[in-house]
Amino acid sequence: MTETITPEIFDHLVQLAALELSQDESEYLRKQLNNQLKAIHELEAIPVNDSDEITMHGVSYTNKTAPEMRADIWKKNIDSEDILGQAPQIEDGYIIVPEIPHEELS
Amino acid sequence: MEICDLPAYTLAELIQHKEISSLQAVESTLERIAAVDGRSGSLSVEELKPEDADKVHAFITLTADQARQRANEIDKALAIGEEVGPLAGVPFTVKDIFCVKDTPSTAASRILANFVSPYTATPVERMISDGAIMLGKVNLDEFTYGSSNESSAFQPSTRNPWNPARVPGGSSGGSAASVAAGESQLSLGTDTAGSIRQPAAFCGVVGVKPTYGRVSRYGMIAFGSSLDCPGPVARNIMDAALMLRTIAGADPRDATAANIPVPDYLSTIKREVRGMRIGLSPDFFKITYPDPESGEIHQTPIDAEIHEAVLRAAGRLAELGADIVEDVPMPHTRYGIPVYFVISRVEAASNLHRYDGVKYGYRTPDQVQTLQEMYRKSRAQGFGLQPKLRILMGMYVSGAQYSEQYYNRAQKVRTLIRKDYEDIFNPKGAYRLDALLTPTTPTTAFPIGDVYGDSVLMQYADQFTVTANHAGVPGLSMPAGLDQNNLPIGIQLLGADYTEEKLFRIGYAYERVTADDKWRQVKPKALVQ
Repeated sequence: MTETITPEIFDHLVQLAALELSQDESEYLRKQLNNQLKAIHELEAIPVNDSDEITMHGVSYTNKTAPEMRADIWKKNIDSEDILGQAPQIEDGYIIVPEIPHEELS
Repeated sequence: MEICDLPAYTLAELIQHKEISSLQAVESTLERIAAVDGRSGSLSVEELKPEDADKVHAFITLTADQARQRANEIDKALAIGEEVGPLAGVPFTVKDIFCVKDTPSTAASRILANFVSPYTATPVERMISDGAIMLGKVNLDEFTYGSSNESSAFQPSTRNPWNPARVPGGSSGGSAASVAAGESQLSLGTDTAGSIRQPAAFCGVVGVKPTYGRVSRYGMIAFGSSLDCPGPVARNIMDAALMLRTIAGADPRDATAANIPVPDYLSTIKREVRGMRIGLSPDFFKITYPDPESGEIHQTPIDAEIHEAVLRAAGRLAELGADIVEDVPMPHTRYGIPVYFVISRVEAASNLHRYDGVKYGYRTPDQVQTLQEMYRKSRAQGFGLQPKLRILMGMYVSGAQYSEQYYNRAQKVRTLIRKDYEDIFNPKGAYRLDALLTPTTPTTAFPIGDVYGDSVLMQYADQFTVTANHAGVPGLSMPAGLDQNNLPIGIQLLGADYTEEKLFRIGYAYERVTADDKWRQVKPKALVQ
């Protein structure tokens, strides 16, 4: 685990993250990421095995403490107008977005 | 003493007995806000002015009119003898990471600056239904990503009421500062790595991170879903217990809110601590951190004054009959931050993918050709540096080729951290502790601008708090003195799952035995100007 995040890997991450960054931002962020990676490398000092358990969250739930399943009954929730009203652009109850690039299927 | 300086418990009693009206409580608090808060955080790029320098700037949104209206309703209900709830008339603030219906819910980010929530978070709803009065939404680090409040997109960011040149801590900095400065009796915060306890320590108030699953996360804007805990910020232990009793409990809207009855913390809080076993661990008296340039690991002792404050507190508890158990090993404490750098980033990246300029929040005003371009520009312009940093790290460590060495390893080390706690609290184990007593933070509040920008150093401010989030156990921070700069020192009690009741008991006993200590008479600078 001695990798650093190279400019090429960084650009790939930016793509995956659906971001675009200025030169200054990129330099700052890549430096911070590599500094954080150095901190993360401290974990190498701990021997772990394939068979070791992982923890997804600290407190485990038992059948007794897990919340009861809700009854399958329809309940009115938030008005859809209130939710749609938050969308930057709507028309006739639809959310409008720019062109989605696609290929025509023949 | 002004009404706004009364503790919540006392104020609630006076209101129930009609010695003070809810409206009087609200007006007194609004006057204090007008006197100390200065301008609220906003997206405007206006330079800081000289008059901003000594103000607290806790608020993003003040809901004064709604608060007055609600106070009138409560006073009317009281007048005709209606049931009004145990927190009737008590002002509280809400960290702006919780959704509150018809109120801007910004996460202190440009990307949500225009978002007005169509629903209310469960813990806020429970406060309101118990009669508490929301005064507004308070500032935080953007999406909670920080330990100083400086990363908020809403500037000026919150200042420390004890010294406005210092940070209030974070991310619940607005919550802690508003409670410390008399701008509300109570505040609802969130804690993912220490975000309630660290600012509580820095601002000289009480902050509680409940057990994971004790308080519903419904309506809280998510950061690290396996770590996030809503919890109370209060002036004293009794008030924190009062507030937790209100907000805790199962919730059909949150499948992680455990189905475990909520004890009446107030009925046991005054019990004595004689015979309780309270541990001290050497692993909480030193900090481990990597040099940002070389990555070399350094270990240094914590501030001597903080170390002494913990030992002094242990001594006072021993006088009350508690058994102090020394040299309790917590060997994986030092790995809390590296593990957090991995796990919280993966969860943050996942949670932040929903902000895309489509359904709500910020959309780029630029002309764009495609949907993907709209996503990229909206996110680039809407997110500040800290969210971008967390998304990119989350992408990296969870990538298919890296996840085994980073994400899976971190989750295994998380198991070891959890085991440290299970061992010391095991009733049949070697230590059989009721609580572990530690410093909350390695230092007191640091100057604004000192750490900001160095994301590694900033994260290490959470070294003593973060392992409780990994393990899910409850933690409580309370004031335990002032350092030579007159800045509050916070000490922390950590307990086994769902033992908040014990932490309150120990905290209350400590508060009583130190009630006449000189440092308790000293007031924050913001209140004596």
